[in-house]
Amino acid sequence: MSRCALAVLLLFLLLPGPLLLAAEESGFRSQQSITDRSISMPSWQDWKRVLLLEDYNTRIVILGTTLLGMSAGMIGSFALLRKRALMGDALSHATLPGIAIAFIIASTLGLNGKSLPILLAGAAISGLLGIAGILLIRNLTRLKEDAALGIVLSVFFGAGIALLGIVQQMQTGHAAGLESFIYGKTASMVASDAWLIGSAGLSCMLISLLLYKELTLLCFDEGFADSRGFPVVLLDTILMGLVVVVTIIGLQAVGLILMISLLVIPPAAARFWTEKMAPLSIVAVVLGALSGMIGSAMSAIFPNLPSGAMIVLVATGMFLISMVCGVPRGILIRKYRRYELNTKVNRQHLLRGVYEYLEAHRQLPGEDTDQVPPVSLSALLKMRSWTLPLLRKIIQQAEREHLVSLTSEDQLQLTLSGLKEAARVVHEHRLWELYLITYADVASSKVDQDADAIEHVLEPEVIAELEALLIRQSTVGILQSPHEIDLPQDTSPSTTGRQA
Amino acid sequence: MNTTESMSQSPQSDLPAAEIPLSVYDLTVAYHRKPVIWDVGFDIPPGKLVGIVGPNGAGKSTLIKTIMELIPKASGRVNIFGKPYQKNRHRVGYVPQRESVDWDFPVNALDVVTMGLYREIGWCFPVRKKHRERALEALERVGIADYARRQISQLSGGQQQRTFLARALVQNADLYLMDEPFAAVDAATEKAIVQILQEMKQAGKTALVIHHDLQTVPEYFDYVILLNMRVIDHGPTADVFTPENLQKTYGGRLTLLEEATETMRRREQSL
Repeated sequence: MSRCALAVLLLFLLLPGPLLLAAEESGFRSQQSITDRSISMPSWQDWKRVLLLEDYNTRIVILGTTLLGMSAGMIGSFALLRKRALMGDALSHATLPGIAIAFIIASTLGLNGKSLPILLAGAAISGLLGIAGILLIRNLTRLKEDAALGIVLSVFFGAGIALLGIVQQMQTGHAAGLESFIYGKTASMVASDAWLIGSAGLSCMLISLLLYKELTLLCFDEGFADSRGFPVVLLDTILMGLVVVVTIIGLQAVGLILMISLLVIPPAAARFWTEKMAPLSIVAVVLGALSGMIGSAMSAIFPNLPSGAMIVLVATGMFLISMVCGVPRGILIRKYRRYELNTKVNRQHLLRGVYEYLEAHRQLPGEDTDQVPPVSLSALLKMRSWTLPLLRKIIQQAEREHLVSLTSEDQLQLTLSGLKEAARVVHEHRLWELYLITYADVASSKVDQDADAIEHVLEPEVIAELEALLIRQSTVGILQSPHEIDLPQDTSPSTTGRQA
Repeated sequence: MNTTESMSQSPQSDLPAAEIPLSVYDLTVAYHRKPVIWDVGFDIPPGKLVGIVGPNGAGKSTLIKTIMELIPKASGRVNIFGKPYQKNRHRVGYVPQRESVDWDFPVNALDVVTMGLYREIGWCFPVRKKHRERALEALERVGIADYARRQISQLSGGQQQRTFLARALVQNADLYLMDEPFAAVDAATEKAIVQILQEMKQAGKTALVIHHDLQTVPEYFDYVILLNMRVIDHGPTADVFTPENLQKTYGGRLTLLEEATETMRRREQSL
């Protein structure tokens, strides 16, 4: 997942650039009105118009970008798991010369150079040429894929920028607006464009649903798929084809620089919420849809901001929320689990400390008594490298679980349930120690520390296995410690550090 | 040469081709023009557990992958029950090396095992309840049914290996190709795999297993192929697994050789 996090971080760093550039450019374009240079706060009317979907075109555009986001989330989850995300990035950058050339050809032929299907056809051809270039470089030379990606991405993008410069000089048509493919602009989207985008997106989703299990197998274990006779190359080509289609239809709304984000961020964010494939796709589809929807709505409200940036910012917001709050893989829940484990370990140490102290002083109560003798905190302090405040905190937590009670300021007593739990903890600790000594060739002098590291996370099945392995049928009750527990005497003022 | 001897002694020589699980003829495979396996040929008899041993880089994995046509061969021929692999693919179960996949993938153990049935389920059809039940049975056979719903990264290495084994078992194949199933697994898993192998053998199935631990070869396998780019020798373990052959196979690798001689010495003592 670190790879995805890195990709997202990169996008974050790159974001301000295109944003500023595009804002500046859109200012240049509409020089008739100086106020357009700045991003003015939209009026209440603007908000109302967009949010209530009052005008037909806005409605269709938002529907189109929502479907785009959904299909990108769906296809993106496969692309991400197949580790092909950067291929999508190179692909989208490689579309720029195609767009420019399609415009030039269409204009010279007297067609409408800015018709979306024509431009996207050009984009698709040049994008596929880019992929072919990557494959050629990879297969004919000894260069690795990342180098091939870098070369193709920059060369095609550079050629595209140069061609755009030439287009600007042409007198044939109004080339203004072609740059919006770089940063994305939903404002230039008309209803027919939105229909095209929506239906292509839906078809992609349908295909990936039909091939769901085959694509999953391809992403998980290509070699096994191959051995079972699945046409791996064909499946890979289909997946790449889906990525191509989604990327191409996203060019207008998201722009070719940021299109990759719509493929990567929703599934990467979804990964924090689930451990299963189907939910991953569903969450990615939902997040993609929300990004597309909210992003294009924002762009309709702030027409001078590139919609690509809007869509990505919304997606990134959701990614950050997922990364922090996601269950079961988000940061917070992991920290919390860590904390819980620490608390559990501390509690077990406390119980074991009290138990072993009582055991060493032959004060363990028999079956019939319901009174457990108290132990002084100062005696416990000497048993581990505890500070008094830490010990008090641990005791407080254990008190809340009714395992121990403080009889006085300085005296600690196990409750009956605490005694039972302590016996269990000690038993498991010694099982593990015994196992290490018997089977893992660990010297008995070191065994306690090693036992410490693992015993707290032993699962019940393992405990049962250890018991079967180590304890003869006749043995009942708590194991004896396999090594000497050297307890500091109450009388001695010893301050020896960490002990059993 | 031992090779010719054991070949003439091999019990299957008079079997019809369709009953020989695997025959390899003059197989050569090269990466970037450098041969990895060279002129390899052997038959393996039906219903036997066959171990492939040889040093690192001897071409053991390459051999298995070439048998399944995952790697193109430079020359030679492979027959599975008398037919090319493509015709008898359904009779072969494959257990790849555990490291060959990303275990952080969002699927659980049961999902992985059902993958063994995808071919049978057919293109575009969804996995159904009966398939999941069969997958669960396979997990039960390898002893980790309790972990069926666990995400695969939360399985121990041994449990992951057993998941892969279950994925091959669910197919109910006749010949199993296993790439180091015993590598870095716990004792319980090793025991489980050995038991599964024995069950397979009793059911008349054949397994070809890449193996690293020379100590356990005589115990686990009826038949051994010693490979180091070429087949040094192959045949029943008792005839072929000799110190001389091991020296030829691992020539120059002192530690392994010592290990091998130690094994032989112990074996002789136990006889």
